[in-house]
Amino acid sequence: MNKSSSKIVQYVQEFWKYRDLLKLLVSRDIKLKYRRSFLGYIWSVLNPLLIMVVMTVVFSTMFKRNIDNFPVYLFCGQLLFNFMNSSTHQAIFSITGNAALLKKTYVPKYIFTIAKITSGMIDMVFSLGALVIVMLVTRAKISWTALLFPFVLLQLYLFCIGLGLFLAQGNVFFKDIQYIYNAITTAWMYLTPIFYPIEALPEWLCWCVKHFNPMYFYVGQFRDLVWTGTVPGPLITLAGWGAAVLMLTVGTWSFMRSKDKFILYI
Amino acid sequence: MDEKRVMIDVDHVTIRFNLANQKVDNLKEYFIKLIKRELMFQEFLAVKDVSFQVRQGEAWGLIGTNGSGKSTMLKAISGILKPYKGTISVNGSVAPLIELGAGFDQEMTARENIFLNGCVLGHSEQFMREHFDEIVDFAEIRDFLDSPIKNYSSGMKARLGFSVATMVKPDILIVDEILSVGDYKFKQKCMKRMKELLSGGTTLLFVSHNIDEVKRLCDHAIWIHKGEAKMIGEAKTVCDTYMEEMKK
Repeated sequence: MNKSSSKIVQYVQEFWKYRDLLKLLVSRDIKLKYRRSFLGYIWSVLNPLLIMVVMTVVFSTMFKRNIDNFPVYLFCGQLLFNFMNSSTHQAIFSITGNAALLKKTYVPKYIFTIAKITSGMIDMVFSLGALVIVMLVTRAKISWTALLFPFVLLQLYLFCIGLGLFLAQGNVFFKDIQYIYNAITTAWMYLTPIFYPIEALPEWLCWCVKHFNPMYFYVGQFRDLVWTGTVPGPLITLAGWGAAVLMLTVGTWSFMRSKDKFILYI
Repeated sequence: MDEKRVMIDVDHVTIRFNLANQKVDNLKEYFIKLIKRELMFQEFLAVKDVSFQVRQGEAWGLIGTNGSGKSTMLKAISGILKPYKGTISVNGSVAPLIELGAGFDQEMTARENIFLNGCVLGHSEQFMREHFDEIVDFAEIRDFLDSPIKNYSSGMKARLGFSVATMVKPDILIVDEILSVGDYKFKQKCMKRMKELLSGGTTLLFVSHNIDEVKRLCDHAIWIHKGEAKMIGEAKTVCDTYMEEMKK
């Protein structure tokens, strides 16, 4: 008991020692992303806005759906899912991509994974600006509940760190994971009600998604706050936190178990 | 002499290395390897049962032919590799100069890289800001501070890496054949800095193929041959025996 608790203290101290490294890695990602493009940071608002316009046009002309304020509905799902998708896809390579550095100096390795998820999160928070623009343009009713959005993002952030850690350590030993994960996220996207209402699914599938798709928990809560303007129900909130804590535990556990072997494989 | 603190205690250390063999000719072989778990991992012992103790203020040279396990030993002492058997205990802060500029991001400017590399070594941003001028002056790169590091020559990168790593007085400095790219003047400067650190109580581990440099800088030496410690003792004796053996 004493030994394991002192080990945890040690880990926390180490993380604290390297906190500035995390900060620098995140700011590096954000700086480099748009460096030397003419519009720079504006792209993090403009890019989702353009994609949203395309998708709204496509889905509102090709499929007739009775969703009021479809652009906002779509955008809520799209933003959250995109963040999960792109940040975890980058996190997969956070260990293997820094092999040169990890072979030459001692750095806590999870810093790189956390940095990728964090920079994705910050990019998404910028993109929320685009959501605000869409809401103003479509004259959506803006409710005070929208201010509670950080709680949903925090759940999603923890969930993605867990998933990212799990994928990053897996990719060291099993490079095939990046291709498998591509297929998984494609299926995952179609199984998350981003551009269709959840009722459009067959009943059994709808039940599965409502119970087992963590992205539904986050997109659902976010939509409750921003799109409908209500406080999400206790069940979906609990499910969101539960999935986040579970994923974080699984990710951390698998990462800690194999981190000392990374160096032999990268 | 014996009263001095033991800084590095290497006790019967064996280090494993992955020598994953990429050559798989046919499907049958693939499955055999898969079942024997040799597909991704093939064991190779880079260091076998080496023990030595380094006390405070000593300078140790590691010599031996290419591929004999010198760098692997240094990596284990810096905490990058974990020993497979045996233990390594290190007292104090380690500044590993295993490859200069390993933490540099090619796309970023020298200014940004100084901070990044400092943080990789475990310093805080605030601390780096305080020592920024000192680093830039030592490396003599002030005119190029804001150009991306990918435009730097390897000598300039080495200068910058050396200045960042030796700016603080580390308890243990690990130097792995990194000064070979610098020009004569900068080499002299680095040697001077290392001697300053040594007289200030820093412990040094030094790998070089330049035996004269080892003799000049170190008081002890260890000769590693094919992963085994062939000889441990005073720098001069070990170096001379090594040179004799090499000339045969």
